[in-house]
Amino acid sequence: MRKFALIAVPYLWLLALFLVPFLIVLKISLSDIALAIPPYVPKWDWATGFGAFFSQLDFENYIFLTEDDLYWKAYLSSFKIAAISTMFTLLIGYPIAYGMARSPEEWRPTLMMLIILPFWTSFLIRVYAWMGILSQEGLLNQFLLWTGIIAAPLTILNTNTAVYIGIVYTYLPFMILPIYAALDRMDGSLIEAAEDLGCSRLMAFWLVTIPLSKNGIIAGSFLVFIPALGEFVIPSLLGGSGTLMIGKVLWEEFFSNRDWPVASAVAVILLLLLIIPIVLFQRNQQKQAEAEQ
Amino acid sequence: MDVPETEFAPWNDADEKPLIRFRNVTKRFGEFVAIDDLSLDIYEQEFFALLGPSGCGKTTMMRMLAGFENPSEGDIELAGQNIVPVPPNKRAVNMMFQSYALFPHLSVWDNIAFGLRRDRLPKAQVQARVEEMLKLTRLERFATRKPHQISGGQRQRVALARSLAKAPKLLLLDEPLGALDKKLRQETQFELMDIQEKTGTTFVIVTHDQEEAMTVASRVAVMDEGRLIQVSTPADLYEWPDNVYVADFIGDVNLIKGRTTASGDERYRIDWIDGQPPLNGVSKTVFSDGQTCHLAIRPEKITISTDKPVDADNAVQGKVLDIAYLGNLSTYHVELASGTVIKAQTSNTRRISRRSFTWEDPVWLSWTATAGVMLAQ
Amino acid sequence: MIRLSWFNVVSLTLGFAFLYIPMVILVIYSFNKSKLVTVWGGFSTKWYGELMQNEAFLDAAWVTLKVAVISSSIATVLGTMAALVLVRAGRFSGRMLFSGMIYAPLVMPEVITGLSLLLLFIGLGLDRGVLTIVLAHTTFSMCYVSVVVSSRLVTFDWSLEEAALDLGCSKTEAFRLVTLPIIAPAVIAGWLLAFTLSLDDLVIASFTSGPSATTLPIKIFSAVRLGVSPEINALSTIMITIVAVGVITASLVSKRQLVRQKREEQAAFRAQ
Repeated sequence: MRKFALIAVPYLWLLALFLVPFLIVLKISLSDIALAIPPYVPKWDWATGFGAFFSQLDFENYIFLTEDDLYWKAYLSSFKIAAISTMFTLLIGYPIAYGMARSPEEWRPTLMMLIILPFWTSFLIRVYAWMGILSQEGLLNQFLLWTGIIAAPLTILNTNTAVYIGIVYTYLPFMILPIYAALDRMDGSLIEAAEDLGCSRLMAFWLVTIPLSKNGIIAGSFLVFIPALGEFVIPSLLGGSGTLMIGKVLWEEFFSNRDWPVASAVAVILLLLLIIPIVLFQRNQQKQAEAEQ
Repeated sequence: MDVPETEFAPWNDADEKPLIRFRNVTKRFGEFVAIDDLSLDIYEQEFFALLGPSGCGKTTMMRMLAGFENPSEGDIELAGQNIVPVPPNKRAVNMMFQSYALFPHLSVWDNIAFGLRRDRLPKAQVQARVEEMLKLTRLERFATRKPHQISGGQRQRVALARSLAKAPKLLLLDEPLGALDKKLRQETQFELMDIQEKTGTTFVIVTHDQEEAMTVASRVAVMDEGRLIQVSTPADLYEWPDNVYVADFIGDVNLIKGRTTASGDERYRIDWIDGQPPLNGVSKTVFSDGQTCHLAIRPEKITISTDKPVDADNAVQGKVLDIAYLGNLSTYHVELASGTVIKAQTSNTRRISRRSFTWEDPVWLSWTATAGVMLAQ
Repeated sequence: MIRLSWFNVVSLTLGFAFLYIPMVILVIYSFNKSKLVTVWGGFSTKWYGELMQNEAFLDAAWVTLKVAVISSSIATVLGTMAALVLVRAGRFSGRMLFSGMIYAPLVMPEVITGLSLLLLFIGLGLDRGVLTIVLAHTTFSMCYVSVVVSSRLVTFDWSLEEAALDLGCSKTEAFRLVTLPIIAPAVIAGWLLAFTLSLDDLVIASFTSGPSATTLPIKIFSAVRLGVSPEINALSTIMITIVAVGVITASLVSKRQLVRQKREEQAAFRAQ
């Protein structure tokens, strides 16, 4: 009885507020748009039941998504932006994680805290901080002009470059932490053994350190890639009108165009796209957990 | 293991009522049979050891006594009452956990008082009982400390004090000394026996360490694959094993396989290897002619000599293959012409330089007809 | 093995500079006299003063705080229950779905979570306001709580709970007297995480809030969409300071506890 209550309470909560809403999205994505509130004509009617539902079921919103090239361009562009920023996050994050793992033991808790601290500060504020730096008259341009590297200010804010910078900046801790965890676990004598067996420092790094931190790299990359794919705040604050990301498209479809059925269809497809990296990520985590046992 | 057990032997008394009675208990986990139709009696004030390799079912037996597992079939009685339906918190049984399971957020004092407070005892009574337990386990100085602030040996004593505080009819000890180093373990064994005697509580201990079981227990149950192999006093277990498994499991042994022929009253001739003279043995159990038999002889019961002993019941010749020097004892591995290796043990009463045998020396091994035990299986 | 080569020093320095310089600049410019956020016009705290006069921001801050406290508290209870189910309940029908529903919100894009909850609330005819935001925040933050708590429960020595039963506790007492006090740090960490997530959330709140209740992130977002403003810098500085003081204090306290515990353990070991 006690066990039943323990399971039932969170279970029912999640069913009602997670699964059911999602089924509603699915249902509305199959409905027609209408100039009303709610602005759609439902295809599901309890009175007519399943038969009527399937007979009038139409995928016209999904077909619309394939016809208007805005959508598939947005999907592709989200994928590209997420992938490129993940790569940059890895290139910047790995040396930091490596440096942390090689630092004196008594520094490490402090360094860890410094990595986690930004995570507790508002995401919105961290993105906002870059607006003042990257703008036309911003500090970065002022600095570059002052050093004489450039003659005229660069346009960075409201371009994809700013989006990359924003993603790398906000998701860097997600990359560093798993890699650091993997490197920290690594036995230092392994490098010594590799050097003893004739490896140069660089070769030892390539042949021993990198393979042993592989799981951390994979985990970190997914932790950046998955949320970056559906990102909304960064492209809408740092990106320009040319920055196409699916999260932003969904938002605009919903709030600006008030086309709920299409917005729902966009959401369903975004989720389908996410399933692949999520499954891969789960598999990696599981493999790692098994290896540790 | 040579402590005389003559006075205390309730298991030989047919009128004695057992404190614990397992009646045809079977425990299954899914397909796996952990305990297989097992019956066992344990008497009041016994120090009873369940001994066996890991996975033999000894821990399951203990957890069924504590109430954390219920038998799939059969009954468990405590003082004549079936305790299977009684939940763990209502049983007059307490357990000392292998990990000690000391509550890390409570002091030593509060850990010991924990069970007493659950019984809603008056404050003064709790106080008195905790003080008594602290004194019994010599922990008075550490009462206010937290578990992480005391040593491993002290933690073990807190766990013991906590489980004894409620004066249970039965105390279960799950590998109580497993986490201690060897020296501390030996000291603690005697301490445990002392406390058991002082409190008069019935102890059931689970262990995989045969020396520990032999040292502390009044009776030992050797278990394997969910069954009892033999239940005896430590001395009987060593001197009169029921079968090859026990003979091999407890201590060091030479096992010689052969065929028996009756050669007199309870006397048998054992033919074992062609070309070697037959061996002579004694057995109360009857062997038919031609039956396979394992002769189990402890190495210390075998005499080693340079010359052929006269009038020995059994004598074989071989050469010294290996000598294991253990300080107080030496074990000689002697290889016979057939290739069989037999171990013989002698006490090192003399210094090394004056010992008579070394590697490759031809030697004679001899033992009496009563030295070994003849086992059918 | 511990040799901090120049490479490591450089990568750590640059890395932390990258992480912290933007925030430092933000803080510095909150004290800028000039309205132009990129030109330094001298030191001033006037933006803080203006912020304090801004009723709309103060109202939004109050709503945000209320939502965060309520939703994180409910989420902590539900999340802890869910963690106990995940780690302890063993097999039950629908277990797969249950653990799926715990982990899915962690990777679900916020736009989808927000959209789906809004559609639910409209379907139910629920007026959007504090209640709907609380329901939405509770739902996704309870999943974070359950991940934090279950990672503690995985290493929990269940013989402690058995020992409590053995010593006469009922199951409820064993949980209250033994399990809960021991996992309390993880439960508190879960609460803090849920609290911050709720304070921080823009997207889900945008979908589920109505005209009657606006949260601080929504206010900030609509303000910064129009460009950088010194008032927002001042607000950000206040928020950064609160978080920094909190996190640094917490880590100092836990570090000191760790050092003390280690020292005591060593002392106990030597005394043995």
